[in-house]
Amino acid sequence: MKLAKMFMATSALTLAGNVATAEDMANELTLVSWGGAYQASQVKAYVEPYLEMHPEVKVTWDESSAEAVAKLRAMNEAGNVTWDLVDAVASDSMRLCDEGLAEELNHDEDLAAAPDGTSASDDFGDLLVSDCFVPQIVYSTTFGYRKDLVGDTKPDSVCAIFDLDTWPGKRALQKRPIDNVEWALYCDGVAKDEIYDVLGEDGGMERALAKLDTIKDQVVWWTAGAETPQLLADGEVVFGSTFNGRLFSAIAEQNQPIEMLWDMQSFDLDGWVVPAGLPADRKARVMDFLKFATDTQRLADQAAYISYGPARASSAPLVGKHAELGIDMAPHMPTDPANSGNVHVYDYEWWADNRDDLNAKFEAWLAK
Amino acid sequence: MSDTTDTGGPVLAADGTPLKRSLARALRRQKMRALLLIAPLLLFILISFILPVADMLYRSVKNGIVAETLPRTVVAIADWDADSGELPSEAVYAAMAADLKEAAAAKTHTKVGTRLNYENPGISSLFRKTGRKAKKFDIEGVASWKDELIDINKDWGDIDNWRTIQTYSPRVTSGYFLNAVDMRVGTDGAELRPEAERIYMNLLGRTLWMSLAITVCCILLAYPVAWILANLPMRQANILMILVLLPFWTSLLVRTSAWKILLQQQGVINDILVWVGLVDDSARLVIINNQFGTIVAMTHILLPFMILPMYSVMQTIPPSYLRAAKSLGATDWTAFWRVYFPQTVPGIGAGSILVFILAIGYYITPALVGGTKGTFISNQIAFHISSSLNWGLASALGAILLAVVLVLYWAYDKIVGIDNVKLG
Repeated sequence: MKLAKMFMATSALTLAGNVATAEDMANELTLVSWGGAYQASQVKAYVEPYLEMHPEVKVTWDESSAEAVAKLRAMNEAGNVTWDLVDAVASDSMRLCDEGLAEELNHDEDLAAAPDGTSASDDFGDLLVSDCFVPQIVYSTTFGYRKDLVGDTKPDSVCAIFDLDTWPGKRALQKRPIDNVEWALYCDGVAKDEIYDVLGEDGGMERALAKLDTIKDQVVWWTAGAETPQLLADGEVVFGSTFNGRLFSAIAEQNQPIEMLWDMQSFDLDGWVVPAGLPADRKARVMDFLKFATDTQRLADQAAYISYGPARASSAPLVGKHAELGIDMAPHMPTDPANSGNVHVYDYEWWADNRDDLNAKFEAWLAK
Repeated sequence: MSDTTDTGGPVLAADGTPLKRSLARALRRQKMRALLLIAPLLLFILISFILPVADMLYRSVKNGIVAETLPRTVVAIADWDADSGELPSEAVYAAMAADLKEAAAAKTHTKVGTRLNYENPGISSLFRKTGRKAKKFDIEGVASWKDELIDINKDWGDIDNWRTIQTYSPRVTSGYFLNAVDMRVGTDGAELRPEAERIYMNLLGRTLWMSLAITVCCILLAYPVAWILANLPMRQANILMILVLLPFWTSLLVRTSAWKILLQQQGVINDILVWVGLVDDSARLVIINNQFGTIVAMTHILLPFMILPMYSVMQTIPPSYLRAAKSLGATDWTAFWRVYFPQTVPGIGAGSILVFILAIGYYITPALVGGTKGTFISNQIAFHISSSLNWGLASALGAILLAVVLVLYWAYDKIVGIDNVKLG
């Protein structure tokens, strides 16, 4: 059976004349990802199936995505890029593209079309935020709260974070200005589509920080995504922001008394980046893998292991049940209509321009 | 031997050459051999340590990117007077258009945008947006590039953007260092940043005093431990020594996380205090995510570096000195303070230098338990290296930190004397 499949796969390759043959491709593939449950979902959803089709390929993982930009820059300066494919968040992919460290892709040529023939660029749509980026998942930074610590009134708005009278207790927020200042302005009465205009004005950042000042004593600042679930589980904080998949695993897999507060969740993307300047044989292998790993079915499969939404529109209807728990995954996706009633769309370009400046102000404010 | 003494001339060796020269030659050969023996290590240190550090430090002033990417503009803009209140001439705009066209083809326009964005937020997207159109620029075919560029993006009509380009066109810049000491290039030379943006000097001061506090805590805790270790019989001392070394064999992250569990408000220490009744349940102590948390966790992590040098020094002090002091009538305190303690100072010195220098560069532990007020300058350096990619600023901060450590080392040498430091 397996042999037959292999035979068919190889003959299909030989038949398609313009496709690079297996001999032209390197058999080593170094993938860079985040480790943990997320990397496990990638292994299950597309790396293992790919290796089954191509048993000659050897995959090496490097769990360095958090420092991907810095390390790629260093590798590039040393003239020895050892990575083949890098998992990075959208803003990092844009920086890699700006720095000339990532390969610019032709999405329609390099990626598989949807089963109904929709081109890749239409299928991914607006999520193709950079020419160097192939999105895999949509995740969100959002809040979870302790059911037993919020009292009788359940919070239903992100502004509960700033309401210490109704919901006293500590809050966990990420130690960076992004998202926090947007939520602060929103809860200070700024309309959602004017947030970045206000933030860009003189005094805009000060206004956001003044709002954050009202809860500053009650904030625990986190740097690693795993901290918030832990703080919530210990009862150390009442509310905490983190990546929605982390909260999902605390709620569904570890049965913690935590509930999601999806209001004003901040959408972000994670996806693949091909380092610039790979030798031809390695690049051929990477592009072959990339085409497979980002097709409609593979992205839908990934959602069976982790509660992040597939980046292709055509994958959404194929999202099934959790591979081990057997629960329906759709209601846990940030993109589910019930969860995405009021979302915050994070402006990559704006932050790329203003990040250093606002970060300095934010750090100075934190230290005060 | 005797046949050369009576000649009265220079002393000769057996082969007739002057002894002095022959000796020098032998010594030189010996030196060469020694040098050859250590050559691999010397080369290794040079290539893997000194050169990379020098390269990293050079980045703090390096600024070739503007002149390399925008060569025509840099020349054209040199005599523009930024304070005149007028935009640069048409020639500058035309030079910029030609430079951008080339840079966009080579995909380097975004790099220079990123560089200038450190000094002037917003300039990065100006370059990125214009770059998208720049590949199709028809340099000869446009009458006024001034109007054309301003038409493409109105920010080309902003004097501040041109001022930034002019200010940062030289190949060497003080910009990163100014930034690292909370200053910037203003209209009339260097000026302090607005109060709300000053962070680094404050952080540097905090790093220094907290490292000092950690060193003092380590001295106070390590001294008795080292004394017990040095004075117990070998067997018990060895068992205790394992306890001292045990933390060395445990991952740094595990030890730091353990402190989180102990110190947090719902943590072990607070639970016990509440249970005993010393602290009210509604007023649990805040002993983590602040400076206290950083000092406690780092003192624990760095303690072995203080105990070990102290222990090895104390071991060499003969107990008979103390006995002699007492038999001559000294009280316990005098015998300790006048006889024992001075002999342990080299150990304290060695331990203090080790702990202080390690503490000043720590960033993982402060990031995890320090909250907002217990983080160090190294956290900012790590941020600029791995996250904001502003390596120039990171190396300027690193250079300042290195200079501070060297100055402190020099001061220590003047006050205590580096010869008095003993590791064993």
